[in-house]
Amino acid sequence: MDKELKQLQEKINYDKTFDCVQCGYCLPACPTYETMKKETHSPRGRINLVKEYAEGKISVEDLKEPIDKCLGCNACTVVCPTNVQYGKILEGAKHVIEEKRTKSKKEEWVENLIFDKVFPSRKWMKRIGNVSWLYQKSGLQSLAQKIKMTSIAPLHLDQFEKVLPDLPSPTKRKSRPKVIKAEGETRMRVGFFTGCIMDSVFFEINKKTIELLIKAGCDVVIPETQTCCGALHAHSGKVESSRQLAKQNMIAFEEEHVDVIVNNAGGCGARLVEYEELFTDEQWKEKAKSFVEKTRDVSQILYEALDQIEFTRPINDIVTYQTSCHMINVQKVTKEPFELLQSIPGIEYRQFKGYDRCCGSAGIYNMLNYDDAMDILDKKMTHVKVSRAHTIVTTNPGCLLQMKLGIQREGLQGKMRAVHLVELLHEAEPVSKERQVTAISNNA
Amino acid sequence: MSKDWLNALQSQFGNDRVMTETKDTHSYSFDASFGSFVPEAVIQVYTKEEIVKILKVANEYAVPVYPRGQGTSLSGGPLPVKGGIVIDMAQWDNDLKVYPEDLIVVASPGVKTSAINEAAGKYGLMYPPDPSSSHVSTIGGNLAENSGGPRGLKYGVTKDYVIGLEVVTPEGEIIRTGGKTIKNVTGYDLTKLIVGSEGTLGIITEAVLKIIPKPQFSKTMMAVFDSVVTSGEAISKVLTSGLLPAKIELMDQASIEAVENFKPIGLPVNAEAILLIEVDGHEETVNEEVNQIHGILNELGATDVVIPETKEEEQHLWMARKLVSPAITRVKPTKVSEDATVPRSQIPQMIEKLNAIKEKYHVNLVVFGHAGDGNLHPNIICDKRDKEEMIRVEKAVAEIFEAAVSLGGTLSGEHGIGTMKAPFMEMELGKAGLDMMKRIKKAWDPNDILNPGKIFTSDQNNELVLSHG
Repeated sequence: MDKELKQLQEKINYDKTFDCVQCGYCLPACPTYETMKKETHSPRGRINLVKEYAEGKISVEDLKEPIDKCLGCNACTVVCPTNVQYGKILEGAKHVIEEKRTKSKKEEWVENLIFDKVFPSRKWMKRIGNVSWLYQKSGLQSLAQKIKMTSIAPLHLDQFEKVLPDLPSPTKRKSRPKVIKAEGETRMRVGFFTGCIMDSVFFEINKKTIELLIKAGCDVVIPETQTCCGALHAHSGKVESSRQLAKQNMIAFEEEHVDVIVNNAGGCGARLVEYEELFTDEQWKEKAKSFVEKTRDVSQILYEALDQIEFTRPINDIVTYQTSCHMINVQKVTKEPFELLQSIPGIEYRQFKGYDRCCGSAGIYNMLNYDDAMDILDKKMTHVKVSRAHTIVTTNPGCLLQMKLGIQREGLQGKMRAVHLVELLHEAEPVSKERQVTAISNNA
Repeated sequence: MSKDWLNALQSQFGNDRVMTETKDTHSYSFDASFGSFVPEAVIQVYTKEEIVKILKVANEYAVPVYPRGQGTSLSGGPLPVKGGIVIDMAQWDNDLKVYPEDLIVVASPGVKTSAINEAAGKYGLMYPPDPSSSHVSTIGGNLAENSGGPRGLKYGVTKDYVIGLEVVTPEGEIIRTGGKTIKNVTGYDLTKLIVGSEGTLGIITEAVLKIIPKPQFSKTMMAVFDSVVTSGEAISKVLTSGLLPAKIELMDQASIEAVENFKPIGLPVNAEAILLIEVDGHEETVNEEVNQIHGILNELGATDVVIPETKEEEQHLWMARKLVSPAITRVKPTKVSEDATVPRSQIPQMIEKLNAIKEKYHVNLVVFGHAGDGNLHPNIICDKRDKEEMIRVEKAVAEIFEAAVSLGGTLSGEHGIGTMKAPFMEMELGKAGLDMMKRIKKAWDPNDILNPGKIFTSDQNNELVLSHG
């Protein structure tokens, strides 16, 4: 066989495509097969195209669109009866497409900005946090005009801007201490992985996350040298940058000697638990293994601490839950958010049809494939409306923004809201039971 | 090559609806069986009038047409082996009406099989055929292949529930067969001819299906055996004792072991075989029948009989059965899934023959499936990249077919003939029998445009080929 083809097959995980027996059980689970209605956009269809490309039967151009339109939600891997490693095949394909692609000036500029400047840089994220996200006052608008992108419309940032929360003042952000002690007795020392979007756009949710964690008996440490998780890079075929970011994070948390590494973003968490697979050399693999073993979603920590906290304010509301694909399908964290929600007094929980299907946010998919993402979102909103819920709970910033956008598209602002699980738990005013007991005994 | 037919289709449907780009045509080149054949065009249809248009063009220009549901076929049913046009029927999934007073359902071909049962369930009724892909497969595909499923033992298969069809003929005429009544003897029974004809005679555009009252109660039991042959004898004994369970499923030792390695459920790994039996009906009758079956199983030497007390425990056992497929492909990726079927009294003999074939060709042969109706599923687990192994597999498969036929059985119980089993048709039917079928095909489809290359051999499939490349 041709040497080049053989190398390509290795890169693209060609061997793994043979695990697919094309039974079609993935079809009902795939959101893009549902909305785009073609095998070209089904998991087994994509695997077939990857395989045919690796066999030299089709060109990279034939492969590109079907791969680009995949949300990467991994819902297919959960229902697959033969355990096909779809995630690996998809990443392999993205990696190869990325290498083969000749980019236009415009594409290069946007990518450079997103992947090299924005996401790995805390400074940038802070700046984004201090102004409107990726857009208005950051100078992006004028830059865009300078390089003759006539408008920022291709990324539809104006749509997202409308649903952004009020952003915290720079002083507020700077005043956050690096270590926050637990209320009452310290049960564990947790390192908080803040995330890029979570620590800028949703800074308040991060603040509330810390408050919940200290009530649950955690000393919270925020390592300053942590960086972007690298998920967006990996999902765009930028394997090397993704690996570098992983290394930086592993070092940052190792230095703090924490018991657990906690995050509150389903997408970031999914990347963190996959760090081990990025490395082949023993030393880094070992580090990654220890990092992965310590990684938890915030809901897991809070669920374990449920007997130590009490909610003092009932929330009389009809609530539903949009899961994060990367949290349920990759991290396999499923029951904890449900249990937490149902422990809040007053809540009436109603599940909507397709609550566990992708909302169409999928990293930056909704910016790159705006129309396709909106088809998926609109379908979801019809089911959400049937549930008559007033509050949609999410566990990932991308999903949160997307659901906010969904509410706006339906004209339901003021009647329906989207929140992060942490916000709702915080709203129920939890108190540490132990602290309460101490307070009572002190009074006596 | 002249593509006048393509121009004709494009002028009627518009360029967007006639898919010809590589990424699309290649995505309709496969099903769940073997081989990949790229069509020249793919069209998704939503009405019978659209099918009429396509067939008229195809018949005029003698272009092959391949109707396709969701492509879950295990026999190559929708594979476009001679190129031409694939008609994707799966998106035409929105016409489904239940008539509870008439105990019937009327469905468009793209409706999912499980959706029919769910719709009937709202009225306390059920549509019994339950192929394991029913949550994916379309009723159109099930009708074309006459699909079965575990419940076939007591309730029969797809054909037993079809009382009327609307069909577009290869010449583009719309005809109706049967009707909405249970009894109907007006002329030839074309309904039964079309069902299971694998899309070679006409394209089904509507089906009238019979539904029945849903049983109120069910109970599951598991019997453990130290010999597969004894388990086969137990099946025969149960069925000849005036008892009719809804399902009797068999798992041999290789499948038990595979499941336990894959997801430990607590199955008896030392057993040679286990039977999973479900009895349904009225609660009292079910309990009484379970007792009787228990007695028979003990009498025949079952080493253990487990009767779960809760629904969760029952589901656990059925989960084990569902896990066989994923578990066995852990060893090697390729699964050659056969469905040769024998008369029920011949189950023990068939199992012995399968063991002999396994030894003779050194193949990884696993036996499980709907043993109660004689529809065993011998699966060979192999790697299609290994040419030497695949040649042994081809020989073993051929011998499985011979074994079934020699015991008075058939090549296929529920998957269909398609491409793979076509070379063996004469062995079962004889020359004259096969010729009568060919004559029927010729009368219906004089230009051989509907699903050519299936059921009967042609240049593409005159022998069984499983090896890759």
